Amino acid sequence: MVKYRCTVCGWIYDPEIGDPDGGVAPGTAFEDIPDDWQCPVCGAAKSEFEKVD
Amino acid sequence: MAVKLKEGVYWVGVVDWALRHFHGHELSTHRGSSYNAYLIVDEKVVLVDTAWTPFQDEFIKNVSEVIDPASIDIVVANHAESDHSGSLPAIMRHTPNAKVIVSQRGKESIEGHYHQPWNFKTVKTGEKVNIGKHDLVFVEAPMLHWPDSMFTYLAGANILMPNDAFGQHYATAFHFNDEVNQVELYEEALKYYANILTPFSPLVLKKIDEVLALNLPVDMIAPSHGVIWRKDPLQIVNKYKEWAAQKPGSSAVILYDTMWDGTLHMAEAIGEGIASEDIDYKLFHVGLSDRNDVVTEIFKAGAVVVGSPTFNQGVLPTIRPIMEDLRGLKFQNKIGAAFGTYGWSGEGLAIIEDHIKNCKMPLVAEGVKAKWQPRPDDLSKCRELGVKVAQAIKGEK
Repeated sequence: MVKYRCTVCGWIYDPEIGDPDGGVAPGTAFEDIPDDWQCPVCGAAKSEFEKVD
Repeated sequence: MAVKLKEGVYWVGVVDWALRHFHGHELSTHRGSSYNAYLIVDEKVVLVDTAWTPFQDEFIKNVSEVIDPASIDIVVANHAESDHSGSLPAIMRHTPNAKVIVSQRGKESIEGHYHQPWNFKTVKTGEKVNIGKHDLVFVEAPMLHWPDSMFTYLAGANILMPNDAFGQHYATAFHFNDEVNQVELYEEALKYYANILTPFSPLVLKKIDEVLALNLPVDMIAPSHGVIWRKDPLQIVNKYKEWAAQKPGSSAVILYDTMWDGTLHMAEAIGEGIASEDIDYKLFHVGLSDRNDVVTEIFKAGAVVVGSPTFNQGVLPTIRPIMEDLRGLKFQNKIGAAFGTYGWSGEGLAIIEDHIKNCKMPLVAEGVKAKWQPRPDDLSKCRELGVKVAQAIKGEK
Protein backbone atom coordinates (compact mmCIF):
# COMPACT_ATOMS: atom_id res chain seq x y z
CA MET A 1 0.00 0.00 0.00
CA VAL A 2 1.22 3.46 -0.90
CA LYS A 3 2.46 5.92 1.72
CA TYR A 4 1.58 9.62 1.53
CA ARG A 5 3.54 12.63 2.81
CA CYS A 6 2.12 15.85 4.29
CA THR A 7 3.63 18.67 2.21
CA VAL A 8 3.13 21.16 5.06
CA CYS A 9 5.06 19.40 7.82
CA GLY A 10 6.54 16.24 6.33
CA TRP A 11 4.59 13.66 8.37
CA ILE A 12 4.17 10.34 6.56
CA TYR A 13 0.83 8.49 6.45
CA ASP A 14 1.54 4.78 6.54
CA PRO A 15 -1.58 2.81 5.57
CA GLU A 16 -0.43 -0.15 7.65
CA ILE A 17 -0.54 2.04 10.79
CA GLY A 18 -3.45 4.30 9.80
CA ASP A 19 -4.28 7.17 12.19
CA PRO A 20 -6.35 5.50 14.93
CA ASP A 21 -6.60 8.67 17.07
CA GLY A 22 -7.96 10.44 14.00
CA GLY A 23 -10.52 7.72 13.28
CA VAL A 24 -8.58 5.99 10.50
CA ALA A 25 -8.08 2.27 11.14
CA PRO A 26 -4.82 0.50 10.29
CA GLY A 27 -4.98 -0.93 6.80
CA THR A 28 -6.89 2.03 5.34
CA ALA A 29 -5.66 3.13 1.95
CA PHE A 30 -5.05 6.89 1.73
CA GLU A 31 -7.70 7.27 -0.98
CA ASP A 32 -10.30 5.79 1.37
CA ILE A 33 -9.71 8.32 4.17
CA PRO A 34 -12.63 10.81 4.49
CA ASP A 35 -12.00 14.17 2.79
CA ASP A 36 -12.39 16.14 6.03
CA TRP A 37 -9.49 14.30 7.72
CA GLN A 38 -6.50 16.42 8.79
CA CYS A 39 -2.81 15.71 9.30
CA PRO A 40 -2.52 14.66 12.96
CA VAL A 41 0.72 16.61 13.44
CA CYS A 42 0.02 19.97 11.85
CA GLY A 43 -3.65 19.97 10.83
CA ALA A 44 -3.07 20.21 7.07
CA ALA A 45 -5.97 19.16 4.85
CA LYS A 46 -6.01 15.78 3.09
CA SER A 47 -5.57 17.64 -0.22
CA GLU A 48 -2.10 18.81 0.89
CA PHE A 49 -0.69 15.28 0.91
CA GLU A 50 1.43 13.82 -1.89
CA LYS A 51 2.25 10.24 -2.82
CA VAL A 52 5.63 8.99 -1.59
CA ASP A 53 7.62 7.50 -4.47
CA MET B 1 28.85 43.01 22.47
CA ALA B 2 30.00 39.93 20.55
CA VAL B 3 31.02 36.87 22.60
CA LYS B 4 33.48 34.25 21.36
CA LEU B 5 32.33 30.62 21.50
CA LYS B 6 35.36 29.06 19.83
CA GLU B 7 38.02 30.21 17.35
CA GLY B 8 36.18 32.03 14.59
CA VAL B 9 32.71 31.48 16.08
CA TYR B 10 30.86 34.33 17.81
CA TRP B 11 27.54 35.01 19.48
CA VAL B 12 26.31 38.28 17.93
CA GLY B 13 22.82 38.32 19.43
CA VAL B 14 20.82 40.82 21.47
CA VAL B 15 19.68 40.44 25.09
CA ASP B 16 16.14 41.75 25.68
CA TRP B 17 15.91 42.38 29.44
CA ALA B 18 12.66 44.33 29.23
CA LEU B 19 10.60 41.75 27.29
CA ARG B 20 7.56 40.63 29.27
CA HIS B 21 5.34 39.30 26.44
CA PHE B 22 6.16 37.11 23.52
CA HIS B 23 4.19 35.83 20.49
CA GLY B 24 2.38 39.14 20.76
CA HIS B 25 0.82 38.77 24.20
CA GLU B 26 0.37 35.00 24.16
CA LEU B 27 3.46 34.05 26.18
CA SER B 28 4.69 35.77 29.34
CA THR B 29 8.45 36.18 29.68
CA HIS B 30 9.06 37.30 33.26
CA ARG B 31 12.82 37.03 32.87
CA GLY B 32 13.10 38.69 29.45
CA SER B 33 14.78 36.81 26.61
CA SER B 34 17.55 37.02 24.02
CA TYR B 35 17.67 36.66 20.25
CA ASN B 36 20.76 34.56 19.57
CA ALA B 37 22.59 34.75 16.27
CA TYR B 38 26.00 33.25 15.47
CA LEU B 39 28.74 34.51 13.17
CA ILE B 40 31.35 32.12 11.75
CA VAL B 41 34.45 33.69 10.24
CA ASP B 42 36.15 31.06 8.10
CA GLU B 43 37.13 31.17 4.41
CA LYS B 44 33.48 32.10 4.01
CA VAL B 45 31.70 34.35 6.47
CA VAL B 46 28.46 32.80 7.68
CA LEU B 47 25.66 34.35 9.77
CA VAL B 48 23.26 31.93 11.45
CA ASP B 49 19.89 33.60 12.21
CA THR B 50 19.39 37.27 13.17
CA ALA B 51 17.45 39.21 15.85
CA TRP B 52 13.88 40.49 16.22
CA THR B 53 13.18 43.52 14.02
CA PRO B 54 13.00 46.26 16.75
CA PHE B 55 16.63 45.37 17.59
CA GLN B 56 18.04 45.42 14.07
CA ASP B 57 20.32 48.42 14.64
CA GLU B 58 21.87 46.93 17.77
CA PHE B 59 22.17 43.59 15.99
CA ILE B 60 24.00 45.07 12.98
CA LYS B 61 26.29 46.93 15.41
CA ASN B 62 27.11 43.59 17.15
CA VAL B 63 27.88 41.91 13.83
CA SER B 64 30.01 44.91 12.79
CA GLU B 65 32.21 44.50 15.89
CA VAL B 66 33.45 41.27 14.31
CA ILE B 67 33.28 41.91 10.56
CA ASP B 68 31.83 44.28 8.00
CA PRO B 69 28.30 42.97 7.31
CA ALA B 70 28.97 43.48 3.60
CA SER B 71 31.44 40.60 3.78
CA ILE B 72 28.83 38.03 4.85
CA ASP B 73 28.78 35.29 2.19
CA ILE B 74 26.05 33.07 3.61
CA VAL B 75 23.07 33.68 5.87
CA VAL B 76 21.45 30.57 7.32
CA ALA B 77 17.81 31.10 8.27
CA ASN B 78 16.89 28.13 10.47
CA HIS B 79 13.38 29.45 11.07
CA ALA B 80 11.26 32.27 9.57
CA GLU B 81 9.61 33.47 12.81
CA SER B 82 10.21 37.21 13.23
CA ASP B 83 12.16 36.97 16.48
CA HIS B 84 14.90 35.25 14.43
CA SER B 85 14.47 36.47 10.87
CA GLY B 86 13.41 40.02 11.76
CA SER B 87 16.76 41.63 10.95
CA LEU B 88 17.24 39.61 7.76
CA PRO B 89 16.07 42.45 5.46
CA ALA B 90 18.47 44.86 7.18
CA ILE B 91 21.40 42.43 6.86
CA MET B 92 20.56 41.70 3.22
CA ARG B 93 20.69 45.43 2.44
CA HIS B 94 24.37 45.24 3.48
CA THR B 95 25.07 42.02 1.57
CA PRO B 96 22.40 41.66 -1.15
CA ASN B 97 24.19 38.85 -3.00
CA ALA B 98 24.65 36.57 -0.01
CA LYS B 99 23.30 33.04 -0.28
CA VAL B 100 20.33 32.50 2.05
CA ILE B 101 20.26 28.87 3.16
CA VAL B 102 16.85 27.55 4.21
CA SER B 103 14.90 24.31 4.34
CA GLN B 104 12.43 23.71 1.50
CA ARG B 105 9.58 24.98 3.69
CA GLY B 106 11.87 27.75 4.94
CA LYS B 107 12.08 29.16 1.42
CA GLU B 108 8.29 29.40 1.38
CA SER B 109 7.99 30.95 4.86
CA ILE B 110 10.91 33.42 4.50
CA GLU B 111 9.64 34.56 1.09
CA GLY B 112 6.17 34.69 2.61
CA HIS B 113 7.39 37.08 5.34
CA TYR B 114 9.63 39.43 3.34
CA HIS B 115 8.58 39.07 -0.31
CA GLN B 116 12.18 39.50 -1.52
CA PRO B 117 13.84 37.49 -4.33
CA TRP B 118 16.98 36.70 -2.33
CA ASN B 119 19.57 34.18 -3.52
CA PHE B 120 17.98 31.15 -1.78
CA LYS B 121 19.60 27.74 -1.48
CA THR B 122 17.34 25.03 -0.07
CA VAL B 123 18.89 22.17 1.86
CA LYS B 124 17.79 18.77 3.13
CA THR B 125 18.85 16.69 6.12
CA GLY B 126 22.47 15.58 5.85
CA GLU B 127 23.47 18.15 3.26
CA LYS B 128 26.87 19.77 3.86
CA VAL B 129 28.27 23.12 2.80
CA ASN B 130 32.01 23.60 3.20
CA ILE B 131 33.04 27.07 4.37
CA GLY B 132 36.80 26.45 4.87
CA LYS B 133 38.00 24.70 8.02
CA HIS B 134 34.37 24.02 8.93
CA ASP B 135 31.39 22.38 7.26
CA LEU B 136 27.80 23.41 7.82
CA VAL B 137 25.63 20.29 8.17
CA PHE B 138 21.84 20.67 8.12
CA VAL B 139 19.11 18.67 9.83
CA GLU B 140 15.50 19.42 8.96
CA ALA B 141 13.30 19.50 12.07
CA PRO B 142 9.75 20.00 10.82
CA MET B 143 7.27 21.02 13.56
CA LEU B 144 10.02 21.79 16.10
CA HIS B 145 8.23 24.03 16.20
CA TRP B 146 7.23 25.17 12.65
CA PRO B 147 7.22 23.28 9.36
CA ASP B 148 10.29 25.29 8.27
CA SER B 149 12.43 24.59 11.34
CA MET B 150 15.97 23.36 10.80
CA PHE B 151 19.10 22.70 12.89
CA THR B 152 22.57 23.70 11.69
CA TYR B 153 25.64 21.82 12.93
CA LEU B 154 29.11 23.36 12.61
CA ALA B 155 31.43 20.45 11.91
CA GLY B 156 35.01 21.30 12.90
CA ALA B 157 33.81 23.23 15.95
CA ASN B 158 31.27 20.62 17.13
CA ILE B 159 28.60 23.26 17.73
CA LEU B 160 24.93 22.43 17.20
CA MET B 161 22.67 25.41 16.47
CA PRO B 162 19.13 24.00 16.86
CA ASN B 163 17.34 27.39 16.77
CA ASP B 164 14.39 27.25 19.22
CA ALA B 165 15.00 23.70 20.49
CA PHE B 166 16.72 23.68 23.91
CA GLY B 167 16.19 27.45 24.22
CA GLN B 168 14.91 29.52 27.12
CA HIS B 169 13.36 33.00 27.42
CA TYR B 170 16.03 34.08 29.87
CA ALA B 171 17.93 37.37 29.69
CA THR B 172 21.33 37.00 31.33
CA ALA B 173 24.56 38.94 31.85
CA PHE B 174 26.61 35.84 30.92
CA HIS B 175 25.92 33.58 27.97
CA PHE B 176 26.91 30.04 28.96
CA ASN B 177 24.88 27.59 31.03
CA ASP B 178 27.56 27.13 33.71
CA GLU B 179 27.58 30.88 34.37
CA VAL B 180 23.94 31.35 35.35
CA ASN B 181 21.53 30.45 38.14
CA GLN B 182 20.60 26.80 37.51
CA VAL B 183 17.16 26.95 39.13
CA GLU B 184 16.10 29.92 36.98
CA LEU B 185 17.60 28.33 33.88
CA TYR B 186 15.63 25.11 34.25
CA GLU B 187 12.42 26.92 35.22
CA GLU B 188 12.60 28.87 31.97
CA ALA B 189 13.65 25.83 29.91
CA LEU B 190 10.64 23.89 31.23
CA LYS B 191 8.21 26.82 30.78
CA TYR B 192 9.44 27.10 27.18
CA TYR B 193 8.96 23.38 26.55
CA ALA B 194 5.54 23.21 28.19
CA ASN B 195 4.09 26.25 26.41
CA ILE B 196 5.58 25.71 22.95
CA LEU B 197 6.81 22.17 22.37
CA THR B 198 4.34 19.96 24.26
CA PRO B 199 2.17 19.19 21.20
CA PHE B 200 5.22 18.04 19.26
CA SER B 201 6.57 15.73 21.96
CA PRO B 202 6.50 12.56 19.81
CA LEU B 203 8.50 14.46 17.16
CA VAL B 204 10.95 15.73 19.80
CA LEU B 205 11.78 12.14 20.78
CA LYS B 206 12.19 11.06 17.15
CA LYS B 207 14.39 14.05 16.28
CA ILE B 208 16.65 13.52 19.32
CA ASP B 209 17.15 9.87 18.37
CA GLU B 210 17.82 10.89 14.75
CA VAL B 211 20.43 13.50 15.73
CA LEU B 212 22.13 11.19 18.25
CA ALA B 213 22.28 8.46 15.59
CA LEU B 214 24.33 10.82 13.39
CA ASN B 215 27.07 10.38 16.02
CA LEU B 216 28.24 13.97 15.68
CA PRO B 217 30.49 15.15 18.50
CA VAL B 218 28.69 17.98 20.30
CA ASP B 219 30.76 20.37 22.41
CA MET B 220 28.11 23.08 22.56
CA ILE B 221 24.39 23.43 21.92
CA ALA B 222 23.73 27.04 20.92
CA PRO B 223 19.98 27.77 20.74
CA SER B 224 18.23 30.90 19.49
CA HIS B 225 17.11 32.09 22.96
CA GLY B 226 18.83 32.14 26.31
CA VAL B 227 22.11 30.57 27.33
CA ILE B 228 24.43 28.34 25.32
CA TRP B 229 24.89 24.82 26.71
CA ARG B 230 28.65 24.25 26.88
CA LYS B 231 29.05 22.39 30.18
CA ASP B 232 27.64 18.88 29.74
CA PRO B 233 25.47 20.02 26.80
CA LEU B 234 23.65 16.69 26.62
CA GLN B 235 22.00 17.45 29.96
CA ILE B 236 19.31 19.48 28.19
CA VAL B 237 18.85 16.78 25.54
CA ASN B 238 18.22 14.22 28.29
CA LYS B 239 15.84 16.64 30.01
CA TYR B 240 13.91 17.05 26.74
CA LYS B 241 13.66 13.26 26.43
CA GLU B 242 12.21 13.12 29.93
CA TRP B 243 9.76 15.96 29.25
CA ALA B 244 8.75 14.59 25.85
CA ALA B 245 7.93 11.20 27.37
CA GLN B 246 5.26 12.96 29.48
CA LYS B 247 5.20 10.26 32.15
CA PRO B 248 2.10 10.63 34.34
CA GLY B 249 2.58 13.27 37.02
CA SER B 250 2.01 12.67 40.71
CA SER B 251 0.15 15.87 41.64
CA ALA B 252 -3.04 17.69 40.67
CA VAL B 253 -3.91 21.18 39.49
CA ILE B 254 -7.35 22.67 40.19
CA LEU B 255 -8.24 25.46 37.74
CA TYR B 256 -11.24 27.64 38.42
CA ASP B 257 -12.89 30.99 38.23
CA THR B 258 -15.75 32.07 40.45
CA MET B 259 -18.32 34.85 40.47
CA TRP B 260 -19.30 34.83 44.14
CA ASP B 261 -17.00 32.20 45.70
CA GLY B 262 -19.38 29.22 45.33
CA THR B 263 -17.09 27.50 42.81
CA LEU B 264 -14.08 28.55 44.91
CA HIS B 265 -15.44 26.72 47.96
CA MET B 266 -15.99 23.62 45.83
CA ALA B 267 -12.40 23.90 44.53
CA GLU B 268 -11.07 24.12 48.08
CA ALA B 269 -13.03 21.05 49.14
CA ILE B 270 -11.70 19.07 46.16
CA GLY B 271 -8.20 20.11 47.25
CA GLU B 272 -8.89 18.85 50.77
CA GLY B 273 -9.93 15.50 49.34
CA ILE B 274 -6.77 15.26 47.20
CA ALA B 275 -4.49 16.14 50.11
CA SER B 276 -6.24 13.68 52.42
CA GLU B 277 -4.73 10.98 50.18
CA ASP B 278 -1.25 12.53 50.51
CA ILE B 279 -1.24 13.84 46.95
CA ASP B 280 -0.02 17.38 46.34
CA TYR B 281 -2.20 19.92 44.54
CA LYS B 282 -2.19 23.55 43.42
CA LEU B 283 -5.23 25.79 43.15
CA PHE B 284 -5.31 28.42 40.40
CA HIS B 285 -7.83 31.23 40.02
CA VAL B 286 -7.46 31.46 36.23
CA GLY B 287 -8.87 34.97 36.08
CA LEU B 288 -5.96 36.18 38.21
CA SER B 289 -3.15 33.79 37.33
CA ASP B 290 -0.58 34.00 34.55
CA ARG B 291 -1.85 31.57 31.93
CA ASN B 292 1.59 30.35 30.84
CA ASP B 293 2.69 29.69 34.42
CA VAL B 294 -0.50 27.65 34.84
CA VAL B 295 0.35 25.74 31.64
CA THR B 296 3.74 24.84 33.14
CA GLU B 297 1.99 23.51 36.26
CA ILE B 298 -0.48 21.55 34.12
CA PHE B 299 2.47 20.05 32.29
CA LYS B 300 3.95 18.77 35.56
CA ALA B 301 0.65 17.50 36.99
CA GLY B 302 -1.00 14.11 36.62
CA ALA B 303 -4.57 15.37 37.01
CA VAL B 304 -6.35 18.50 35.81
CA VAL B 305 -9.55 19.48 37.63
CA VAL B 306 -11.51 22.33 36.02
CA GLY B 307 -14.37 24.31 37.51
CA SER B 308 -16.59 27.20 36.51
CA PRO B 309 -20.04 28.51 37.31
CA THR B 310 -22.58 28.24 34.49
CA PHE B 311 -22.69 31.62 32.75
CA ASN B 312 -24.94 32.54 29.78
CA GLN B 313 -25.64 28.82 29.25
CA GLY B 314 -21.93 28.23 29.04
CA VAL B 315 -18.81 28.72 31.16
CA LEU B 316 -17.09 31.93 32.29
CA PRO B 317 -15.13 33.41 29.36
CA THR B 318 -12.14 33.70 31.70
CA ILE B 319 -11.82 29.91 31.84
CA ARG B 320 -11.86 29.57 28.03
CA PRO B 321 -8.20 30.55 27.47
CA ILE B 322 -6.81 27.73 29.60
CA MET B 323 -9.34 25.31 28.10
CA GLU B 324 -7.97 26.29 24.70
CA ASP B 325 -4.47 25.45 25.93
CA LEU B 326 -5.69 22.05 27.16
CA ARG B 327 -6.86 21.40 23.59
CA GLY B 328 -4.02 22.97 21.66
CA LEU B 329 -1.04 21.67 23.61
CA LYS B 330 -2.15 18.02 23.28
CA PHE B 331 -1.01 16.97 26.75
CA GLN B 332 -0.53 13.24 27.18
CA ASN B 333 -1.13 10.85 30.07
CA LYS B 334 -3.30 13.11 32.20
CA ILE B 335 -6.67 12.50 33.83
CA GLY B 336 -9.37 15.06 34.51
CA ALA B 337 -12.50 16.02 36.40
CA ALA B 338 -14.95 18.92 36.47
CA PHE B 339 -17.05 20.89 38.93
CA GLY B 340 -19.00 24.12 39.31
CA THR B 341 -22.00 25.96 40.64
CA TYR B 342 -25.11 27.05 38.75
CA GLY B 343 -28.30 28.98 39.39
CA TRP B 344 -30.80 27.65 36.90
CA SER B 345 -29.89 26.12 33.51
CA GLY B 346 -26.57 24.57 34.56
CA GLU B 347 -24.95 23.68 31.20
CA GLY B 348 -21.44 24.52 32.45
CA LEU B 349 -20.46 21.18 33.98
CA ALA B 350 -21.25 19.11 30.87
CA ILE B 351 -19.39 21.60 28.67
CA ILE B 352 -16.26 21.28 30.79
CA GLU B 353 -16.51 17.48 30.96
CA ASP B 354 -16.95 17.16 27.18
CA HIS B 355 -14.00 19.43 26.63
CA ILE B 356 -11.75 17.49 29.00
CA LYS B 357 -12.72 14.23 27.28
CA ASN B 358 -12.00 15.75 23.85
CA CYS B 359 -8.58 16.75 25.16
CA LYS B 360 -7.87 13.02 25.67
CA MET B 361 -7.96 13.26 29.47
CA PRO B 362 -10.17 10.49 30.78
CA LEU B 363 -12.60 11.66 33.48
CA VAL B 364 -11.81 10.14 36.86
CA ALA B 365 -15.45 10.29 37.98
CA GLU B 366 -18.66 12.18 37.37
CA GLY B 367 -18.24 15.88 38.08
CA VAL B 368 -19.93 17.76 40.91
CA LYS B 369 -22.56 20.46 40.38
CA ALA B 370 -23.98 22.61 43.17
CA LYS B 371 -26.89 25.07 43.08
CA TRP B 372 -26.26 28.68 44.23
CA GLN B 373 -23.85 28.25 47.19
CA PRO B 374 -22.64 24.69 47.97
CA ARG B 375 -24.22 23.01 51.01
CA PRO B 376 -22.29 20.69 53.34
CA ASP B 377 -23.24 17.62 51.34
CA ASP B 378 -22.15 19.32 48.08
CA LEU B 379 -18.77 19.97 49.69
CA SER B 380 -18.62 16.32 50.83
CA LYS B 381 -19.17 15.25 47.23
CA CYS B 382 -16.32 17.60 46.25
CA ARG B 383 -14.01 16.05 48.85
CA GLU B 384 -14.96 12.59 47.54
CA LEU B 385 -14.12 13.72 44.01
CA GLY B 386 -10.74 14.91 45.27
CA VAL B 387 -10.15 11.53 46.91
CA LYS B 388 -11.00 9.75 43.63
CA VAL B 389 -8.63 12.03 41.69
CA ALA B 390 -5.81 11.30 44.14
CA GLN B 391 -6.46 7.56 44.08
CA ALA B 392 -6.45 7.60 40.28
CA ILE B 393 -3.09 9.39 40.33
CA LYS B 394 -1.69 6.75 42.64
CA GLY B 395 -3.27 3.90 40.67
CA GLU B 396 -1.49 4.97 37.53
CA LYS B 397 1.98 4.88 39.02
